[in-house]
Amino acid sequence: MFVLAITGTIFIVVATLLIYTLVKFRATAAKANTEPAQVYGSTQIELAWTIIPALIVVVLTVATARVIHAIQDAPKPPGALEVVVIGHQFWWEYRYPTLGIVTANELHIPVSEPSGPRPTFLQLMSADTDHSFWIPQLAGKTDLIPNRINELWMDPDRPGVFFGQCAQYCGTQHAKMLLRVSVDDPDDFDAWVQAQRQAAAQDESAADGRRVFETTACINCHTVRGTAANGRFGPDLTHLMSRATIASGAAENTAENLRLWIENPDAIKPGSLMPAMKLSDSELDALVRYMQSLR
Amino acid sequence: MSTEVMAISSAQQAERTWREALHEWVTTVDHKRIGLLYIGFALVFLVIGGIEAVIIRIQLMAPHSDVVSPQVFNRMFTMHGTTMIFFAAMPILFGFGNYLVPLMIGARDMAFPRLNAFSFWLNAFGGLLLYFSFLGGSGLYGAGSAPDVGWWAYAPLTARAFSPGSSSDYWTIAVLVSGFGSIGTAINLIATILCMRCPGMSLGRMPLFAWLYLTMSGMALLALTPLSAAQLMLLVDRYLGGHFFDTQAGGSATLWMHFFWIFGHPEVYILIIPAFAFMSEIIPVFSRKPIFGYPVMVAATVCIAFVSMSVWAHHMFTIGLSSYANSFFAITTMVVGIPTGIKIFNWLGTMWGGQIQFKTPMLFCIAFLFQFLIAGLTGIMMAAAPFDWQLSLSYFVVAHFHYVIVGGILFALFGAFYYWYPKVTGRLMSERLGKLHFWLFVLGFHLTFDVMHIPGLLGMPRRIYTYEPGRGWDSLNLIVSIGAFVQVISIAVFVANLLISYRKGAKAGNDPWDAWTLEWSISSPPPAYNFASIPVVESRRPLWDLKHPEDPDSRYE
Amino acid sequence: MATNVSTTSAFEEFETWKLPDRGQVGMACLIVAESAIFTIFLVAYVFYIGKSLSGPTPREVLETPIFYTICLLSSSLTIHLAGKLLKGGRRAAFVGLWSLTILLGGLFLYGTGQEWHRLIYEHGLTIATNLFGTTYYSLVGLHAFHVTVGLLMMSIVLIFGLAGRVGRNHATRIDVLSLYWHFVDAVWVVVFTTVYVIGR
Repeated sequence: MFVLAITGTIFIVVATLLIYTLVKFRATAAKANTEPAQVYGSTQIELAWTIIPALIVVVLTVATARVIHAIQDAPKPPGALEVVVIGHQFWWEYRYPTLGIVTANELHIPVSEPSGPRPTFLQLMSADTDHSFWIPQLAGKTDLIPNRINELWMDPDRPGVFFGQCAQYCGTQHAKMLLRVSVDDPDDFDAWVQAQRQAAAQDESAADGRRVFETTACINCHTVRGTAANGRFGPDLTHLMSRATIASGAAENTAENLRLWIENPDAIKPGSLMPAMKLSDSELDALVRYMQSLR
Repeated sequence: MSTEVMAISSAQQAERTWREALHEWVTTVDHKRIGLLYIGFALVFLVIGGIEAVIIRIQLMAPHSDVVSPQVFNRMFTMHGTTMIFFAAMPILFGFGNYLVPLMIGARDMAFPRLNAFSFWLNAFGGLLLYFSFLGGSGLYGAGSAPDVGWWAYAPLTARAFSPGSSSDYWTIAVLVSGFGSIGTAINLIATILCMRCPGMSLGRMPLFAWLYLTMSGMALLALTPLSAAQLMLLVDRYLGGHFFDTQAGGSATLWMHFFWIFGHPEVYILIIPAFAFMSEIIPVFSRKPIFGYPVMVAATVCIAFVSMSVWAHHMFTIGLSSYANSFFAITTMVVGIPTGIKIFNWLGTMWGGQIQFKTPMLFCIAFLFQFLIAGLTGIMMAAAPFDWQLSLSYFVVAHFHYVIVGGILFALFGAFYYWYPKVTGRLMSERLGKLHFWLFVLGFHLTFDVMHIPGLLGMPRRIYTYEPGRGWDSLNLIVSIGAFVQVISIAVFVANLLISYRKGAKAGNDPWDAWTLEWSISSPPPAYNFASIPVVESRRPLWDLKHPEDPDSRYE
Repeated sequence: MATNVSTTSAFEEFETWKLPDRGQVGMACLIVAESAIFTIFLVAYVFYIGKSLSGPTPREVLETPIFYTICLLSSSLTIHLAGKLLKGGRRAAFVGLWSLTILLGGLFLYGTGQEWHRLIYEHGLTIATNLFGTTYYSLVGLHAFHVTVGLLMMSIVLIFGLAGRVGRNHATRIDVLSLYWHFVDAVWVVVFTTVYVIGR
């Protein structure tokens, strides 16, 4: 707001002068055949309108440098949560090293009380091209660049669900690499952590679907903890049903969308790297039932 | 004697067949013809780039739109940016420079006429090569068409692994080749200005237009070449297995970013400085006063040139540079606003105390002043890196730079068209159509680009082919798109004016605006040799001295 | 015009008006532009020192090309002398020294080729091997390309010279080409220092 106040004031002052000039010094019929006084310049005026902007710049730069330092060099308090974010074309991988959790696309972080701050410190990496993590209501954006580790922290002061998306063009489906962050109350967060820590639910009624999963190429890309599937190329599906959306926010997490996604990903996210699995109808139905069992 | 010469050449002109005329134009080394070739070529690409923008806006009118596929959309924004910067803006500005600089300094041609022609044809070839990618971009892998990596072509998206096919190569080579053409023209302009001024025209007496083009050309030498170097490196990566930007082999994606923006930031100053040149010639004439503070204007321009080479990483505030680096670039970015602001004040000072005539060229310049002021201020806002961490890569930044390029450069260009068209063709453009063009364009421009700041503030990133409803962006994007359509109509009026005035415009004579620089001392259009005898000047406004012998500039400056 | 007070008359201005030679200015501009290109390649080289993930390192495989460097740098001297001879009207001597310049430059290129042959076939270092390979061959190769272009231009001059068609009146053009050649040599000084001295 401070910056806006300064730039806004500058605009009003200069624009007013401009409008005044245009009105006061317009050519009139009375002066038609004369030329105005031919003034070449004025050193004093030039000095004035050099020095004043220079002073404004000094003020702005001092303020800016302070904020840059405060944000970028903020120390990590002991209670901070650490999350590793790995950007992929076109989904987000989240690892919580201290909590032993791996998930994808929907981030859960605890709310941070002023009395006992618990900010989240993210380490940002990329598995392929450049991406950028941006939740406007929680923090500025920072890029995920391959072969480089960047840091970003968020200190949310109220719970809720916040949206964002990848902000650095990363390929065909950059537009649908959506972000969804759930800032949870401490109890809710702990409950979520506990649930995520478990291995995959074993639902016998979905056994044939699980067989389809394990015998087609799914396990090459996806991990379902507690089973043979430990692929790293695609999102971790262990607790797929704990997420509100699939395909990194491209569609709601319903049976219908799941089916469509597996059958023909291009219908939801054309150009994504999920291949169409070419399964028969019955295999597809079984597989969807298995997916829905992964709570 | 000169009437005989002119009578002979007009008789010859009547005898030419269209084949001979075409041959003349293709083989010309005359700076005026080459200037017009540049301008014509650039106008075509301006329209093509505009069509790409319209496609983008149609797609973004509503959320979840499927007018075009994501692949096509990504090609559209890549081609729009690449076309507008390299094949519309650069050539048109070089075209004006080519035509006008020799005339303004009393010379008969540029320093190297054949290099001049060669540079143009390199540029033209680059443009055609880029668009050939729509046909030929598939390469061996059947993937790819026109490039779709964004006009910055960030690594490693351009690596073979992520850009199979040849589409990225078309981007690289087309821009590389046209870059060499631009460097050739820059060399030509510098040599012309330094070595071919007429007697009496010391550097302190040449029109600001010449100073600004001299500065711009100097910057071009230092700024275009880093991009060429980076593109050569990219070709080494893609064709020879090199690892300059290969992150899998320890290469650095940020190295490309540094190299690109070391080019990219000075590039936008290279584009705006000729616009400043137009402003500095047109505003004095229509205020009926000399430019206020000529030496300060020169100093400010040179200052801008130097400082602007040190600000590049303000395009990289989000990539995780250290707080010291970010602070440095924030500071330099704000500092470069000082000489830029000084220029605005000097134009204001020129108008102050004058007798302002609101003819079409001046209308465009006045709009430039307001719009460039706003654009500069949003730039200062984003120079504050923490602010930029929100605004970067969003539609706020897209709005900002279109404000500079369309609201600044394009408006100044329109002013330049209306101002110098009579000199080039011998006829004035229609004031009525001009004013219609102006007001329509102001309406369309502000509808689009004022409103566009808001989705950016609301979190809408750039380069997305669609967006989710319910983020608050829907109606804003609709208004932005409507503004684009209004601009299209305005451009149609402008093109109509260009064409109709060629036949039906009022005869202009040598000096329709009662101006003061040397190009207005010769006929409209100028003869092939420009000046029958090389002029000798004694002040910055030789024609003012001639018209006002009782009060010449040479007495004061 | 009677009230006009100027310090020099128009005629005097015309007679004494002297501006720089456009060939020199043009070449100086080209040199500025080329310096920027070389700087970027140098920056990449320096940035990647020590960062290769595998493969041969500079210390392991590079041999300092002292002899060929002397050749190249001497060619700057010979081209300078050739220019002076031409201005003095000594055409035959000019052709002699000019040929010597080309020979020395050609020797340098031969030395580069020899070194590359050794690096590729004895040490397996190619442009695709690692970051060192990529940056080394690009930087030295870019320079060698500029040497080649220079040699081509000089050969054209040599052909005209042998045909007796290069005279005193071409001295300024020869100076422009010499300026280019001096630039190429200066670049080698920087590249040599960076690659063979600092970068090891």
